[in-house]
Amino acid sequence: MAIEITQRLDARNLSCPMPIVKTAVAIKGLASGQLLEVVATDPGSTKDFAAWAATTGNQLVEQSTEGGVYRFVLRKK
Amino acid sequence: MTVATKPEAIEELLHEESLTAAPAPEPSASTEAPKKANSLIIIAESGDLEKTWATTILASTAAASGMEVSIFFTFWGFMALVKPEKRTFGENWMQKMMSVMNRPGIDHLKLSRMNFMGMGPWMMGKLAKQYGVAKPGELLEMAMAMGVKILPCQMSMDMYGIKREDLVDGIDEPVGAATVLGMIADGTPALFI
Repeated sequence: MAIEITQRLDARNLSCPMPIVKTAVAIKGLASGQLLEVVATDPGSTKDFAAWAATTGNQLVEQSTEGGVYRFVLRKK
Repeated sequence: MTVATKPEAIEELLHEESLTAAPAPEPSASTEAPKKANSLIIIAESGDLEKTWATTILASTAAASGMEVSIFFTFWGFMALVKPEKRTFGENWMQKMMSVMNRPGIDHLKLSRMNFMGMGPWMMGKLAKQYGVAKPGELLEMAMAMGVKILPCQMSMDMYGIKREDLVDGIDEPVGAATVLGMIADGTPALFI
């Protein structure tokens, strides 16, 4: 099932806390239920995005790693 | 009084004061006890580069996580709020001398260890750039854009002889310790950095 990404965010080559900070800013522009895709290269982001999603109530729908790039799909609360 | 959490301890202290008639911290003690659970106050005291970095990382991340965040800048930490282009400040010779010895501004902070006359911060800056780490100044700006409240310490400002117009734009009015303690009494966790 293909999922519809509303917005994409490139957070590659950014270190903590910028991927999260930029994600928070980006997700503000979305409506509830819309999806945001983030790509990052910070290895800490795998844990950080899960923690951030739990704190904010946004849902981490998908998470994958490919060649050192971490991909997250978040659904706005 | 066993393992009292910080806010309760402070509330008790407030109650022990001779101000018998003042029911100041009452609201939090009543029905809305956990209302401030999603907030954070950082007391930025050290002014060291690496600690100010930690302060701005935590503040911006907390704001990104939907928390209500304030940073109280006091003592050496206060220097981070002076406009970076401001070379000196102060009205009397002691204040002026202090400003010359300790260049203000968030871009001119020193490391608490391995400063090596500025070599340390320079290398940190280089490494930060290489690894995509945002600098404290950028992080503070980001934090402010996300609604982090910046509270300058009135007492530090007076003692250093710094004027309101010497401070960076977009910050709140100067406050004192009572404001910070009031927030803690209301249940806001505090970090002293």
